[in-house]
Amino acid sequence: MPKDQSIDINYVADLARLKLSDEEKETMSNQLNDILGHFEQLNAVDVSGIEPMAHALKVHNVWREGDEAGPVFSPSVVNQLAPESRDNQVVVPKVVE
Amino acid sequence: MSDLYQLEISQLQKGFADKSFTSVELMRSVIERTESVEGRINAFIDRDIESALQQAEAADERRSKGQSLGPLDGIPVGIKDILAVKDQPLRCASKMLDSYISPYDATCIENLKNSGAIIWGRLNMDEFAMGSSTENSAYGVTANPWNLDCIPGGSSGGSAASVAAGETIVSIGTDTGGSIRQPAALCGVVGMKPTYGLISRYGLVAFASSLDQVGPFSRTVKDSALLLESLVSHDPKDSTSLKREKESYSQVLDSPLRKLTLGIPKEFFSEGLDPEVKEIVTSAIEWYRTQGHSIVEISLPHSELCVPVYYIIATAEASSNLARFDGVRYSHRSKEAENMLELFSNSRGEGFGAEVKRRIMLGTYVLSSGYYDAYYLRAQKVRSLIRGDFEQAFDQVDAILTPTTPTPAFNRGEKSDDPLSMYLSDIFTISVNLAGLPALSVPVGFTKNQLPVGMQVIGRAFGEADILGIAHAFERSHSYYQMRPSL
Amino acid sequence: MKYEAVIGLEIHVQLKTKSKMFSSAPYEYGKSPNTLTDAVVLGLPGTLPVLNYEAIEKCAQLGLMLGCSIAKVCKWDRKNYFYPDSPKNYQLTQNEEPLCLGGSVEIEMPGSSRNIEGEHRWVQLNRIHLEEDPGKLTHTAFDSLIDFNRAGVPLAEIVTEPDLFSSEEAVAFLNALRNLIIYAGISDCDMEKGQMRCDANVSLRLKGSDALGTRTEMKNLNSISNVKSAIEYEIKRQAKVLDSGESVVQETRRWDATKNASYSLRSKEEAHDYRYFPDPDLLPVEMDRDRVEVLKEELPERPFDRQRRYQKEFSLPYTITSVLCANRELSDFFESTLGLFDAPKAIANYITNDLLRELSAHSKEGDSALNITDTKMKPELLAELVEVVESGLISKQIAKEVFTEMFLNGKSPKSIIEEKGLSQSNDSGEIEALCLEAIASNPKAVSQFLDGNTKAINALKGPVMKATKGKANPAMLDELLQKLIQKGQ
Ligand SMILES: [Mg+2]
Ligand SMILES: [Zn+2]
Repeated sequence: MPKDQSIDINYVADLARLKLSDEEKETMSNQLNDILGHFEQLNAVDVSGIEPMAHALKVHNVWREGDEAGPVFSPSVVNQLAPESRDNQVVVPKVVE
Repeated sequence: MSDLYQLEISQLQKGFADKSFTSVELMRSVIERTESVEGRINAFIDRDIESALQQAEAADERRSKGQSLGPLDGIPVGIKDILAVKDQPLRCASKMLDSYISPYDATCIENLKNSGAIIWGRLNMDEFAMGSSTENSAYGVTANPWNLDCIPGGSSGGSAASVAAGETIVSIGTDTGGSIRQPAALCGVVGMKPTYGLISRYGLVAFASSLDQVGPFSRTVKDSALLLESLVSHDPKDSTSLKREKESYSQVLDSPLRKLTLGIPKEFFSEGLDPEVKEIVTSAIEWYRTQGHSIVEISLPHSELCVPVYYIIATAEASSNLARFDGVRYSHRSKEAENMLELFSNSRGEGFGAEVKRRIMLGTYVLSSGYYDAYYLRAQKVRSLIRGDFEQAFDQVDAILTPTTPTPAFNRGEKSDDPLSMYLSDIFTISVNLAGLPALSVPVGFTKNQLPVGMQVIGRAFGEADILGIAHAFERSHSYYQMRPSL
Repeated sequence: MKYEAVIGLEIHVQLKTKSKMFSSAPYEYGKSPNTLTDAVVLGLPGTLPVLNYEAIEKCAQLGLMLGCSIAKVCKWDRKNYFYPDSPKNYQLTQNEEPLCLGGSVEIEMPGSSRNIEGEHRWVQLNRIHLEEDPGKLTHTAFDSLIDFNRAGVPLAEIVTEPDLFSSEEAVAFLNALRNLIIYAGISDCDMEKGQMRCDANVSLRLKGSDALGTRTEMKNLNSISNVKSAIEYEIKRQAKVLDSGESVVQETRRWDATKNASYSLRSKEEAHDYRYFPDPDLLPVEMDRDRVEVLKEELPERPFDRQRRYQKEFSLPYTITSVLCANRELSDFFESTLGLFDAPKAIANYITNDLLRELSAHSKEGDSALNITDTKMKPELLAELVEVVESGLISKQIAKEVFTEMFLNGKSPKSIIEEKGLSQSNDSGEIEALCLEAIASNPKAVSQFLDGNTKAINALKGPVMKATKGKANPAMLDELLQKLIQKGQ
């Protein structure tokens, strides 16, 4: 990983859709750069030829038996959970496409 | 009668059978105890007393008809606030889910219900299971019953503290990097993280999907074994849940422990380990030698890399897992949102606490364009090396013994401004999650300040019976399991 | 124009499965909002995906149909982006290793007229991968509504190489692709129902150049004619930009069919940093090679192959085969009928004329053409009809009437003929009497006939046909009249 890497806090906060106050950005920048500094010890490891481990299990081929329709929720579940709903649909501010 | 909350499951079942007392009486005793100590402990976020008593009544009714559902029937089990129980709040100790009620049961909860267990309350934790001290909860901190100024560990701090304080008989928690074993050690109870895939994760709100496991807390090893038996099942709703023959972990404990080879990884006894903890764990290991087991020194050479590997993988997965909490379908929605972008960012900015935000930021960063290979991919490769270390070790030994934590419980606020030092306190527990192995923590002594110390027993994949047996042998030859905090 | 357009398409196709890709909730088009969800579809806390194997098989079948190679292992990645229709704010998709690689689609360009076969060419594909559909947004004047019914429906995303060079080629490609997919039974590809959706990447370069220009991506092309218009619009727009000495901006543009124009979606042009990583909840699937072989063997004949075979085996003309093979249902109906009665030309004619006429006549207004399976028409019925015509029981004229009746009621031709008394009258006694009457009443025609004008006999036939309501067998009638005239001499 690149040395002297310091995190672009605004870019990452944007990607993560997290509104942070200026104060939060300040403390977090320092803390994250600290932590990233600690991560640098990984650079010393020779990982050539090593398979990345994406799963804790060495298991394959798990799927649902049969393509059969199962139970569904009543639309009232969506209505009850949603902060705002209308006509059985979730309402959000107008999405500009 | 009023001390029923102190008993272990086998004693309670005997009492039920003898008609010495009922489940309702047990539940009342637990409720009464909770009322008297909870003000100091704050182990619970919610308690539904009425429902608990109803469940106890139903258990008594089954028993009177000879239809008892087994050893857990009528026993209160505390539930970490990260597991979905139908029609109950599921807040993950976060403001984000302040008013969320789960419309379904987690599979492990379904299993507990089928065992007749009383689903008892919602236990406090670090928000979304992110933390090692239960200080990151939107619902207040939980105190360590052995010293109210100390943290109970985390993230399953409420699960550990409630068992230690007698506010429940047993409880369940989740362990992503030590979140069961570390609080168990710091609260002087037994806590176990099973092999990845043994207990369904369906209904467990994901923190890091490739690391998370559900597991039991109890005051005795046998109670954990009984609870584990109920939690284990093959679940078609979880692709990572394995199909395995059911094992009777509790029965295995009745036969004497065979002679084993126990590995002591030298990397876990080096600098940074508190001298008192070192002494206590070392003398516990010595006890095994006196019992005729062979003790060998082993090496897990990549141990020191566990913290970076863990915090890269866990935060990367978390950044994606927690994206669904966005204010749209069910979580906290900001009132200050003019457009969609603000709705997302403000809701998340308001709903999440500092540690969760920090980890989401870290995880987002390590996956972002230009950094993926250097951080995430490299961490996955080193994860393979860490698993390889364990595979080699288990060619040689039957189980591995280590301290569970480098120090006993620390004071509240001591590390909360220094996330890196907090992360380093998980150093002994996270490699087990990275390798997907089972491990438990069992109390092996107390410091001069009367703080409990735990020993971690790590097993082969699906070696739950072995590590329970190892811990049980020590427990029954010592009296630590009978010690109670004075509250 | 001095520029050449280079076009690549991305086509999303909904796979026809009974349940969703990662949960057992069913999907059906047009159901009322949020009636086809469950905890997994809504991405509720704690839920986990479990794979629907049928979706993998359907996608593999599609890949095989399009000549792709099938990956050894089927893996899943998360594509992370926030959008209100995405329940988890990540999409389960295949980034690193798509299920199907390569492949190509045979297209036919329009000929110089409808009756003339156009040029054929193979268009190269890059890949096909599987992913889950998001929900559906509807916009009102002041807010947006989300329906999650569609969320989690399995999609195959087909990505072409930049191997199309005009809007006509893009149209030919989409028609050919659609037909292939329908033939393979993988999707109904109804674009109006969102079963097939297309994005188009367009760039221009100077003719003769090999380099690729800066491309733009068109979205919201929900019909084949939209694809055509949007590409044409974009070619003109980019040409104008280049002509003015400026350069094309890489961007996403949205097609507005009502305004017949596209506009830039600059708002969505912020960083496309999807932070892909392997999904930890789904385990890899090893593709069973034997099973892939079986799927390969079960593939239907490709439409252009079928068309060539019909031309060769049955000597059917292009005009007929192009109609027959453009629709799997029609050509399957043809083959089933042919299996019952061996008269390819006659059968093909009935299908491409009478059957198509009835199908369109009975389609509801605004609806796409009626399917054969929605009617009472059966291959057995058509085979019997062709048989009775060939045997001379009824004339071709009467057969049209029988066809309509049969199409509507599903009755057998023989029973219709019987009921309505439509069989050609072969009762020579009755006809002989009518013929004699005709001869007697038209001596002029008789003498013309005897003078060598053979056509004059038609004047005698008319009244007989009229009297028998057309049931007289024309060949027999001809023979009988001649015999009687000669006899009368
Ligand atoms: Mg795409
Ligand atoms: Zn796509």
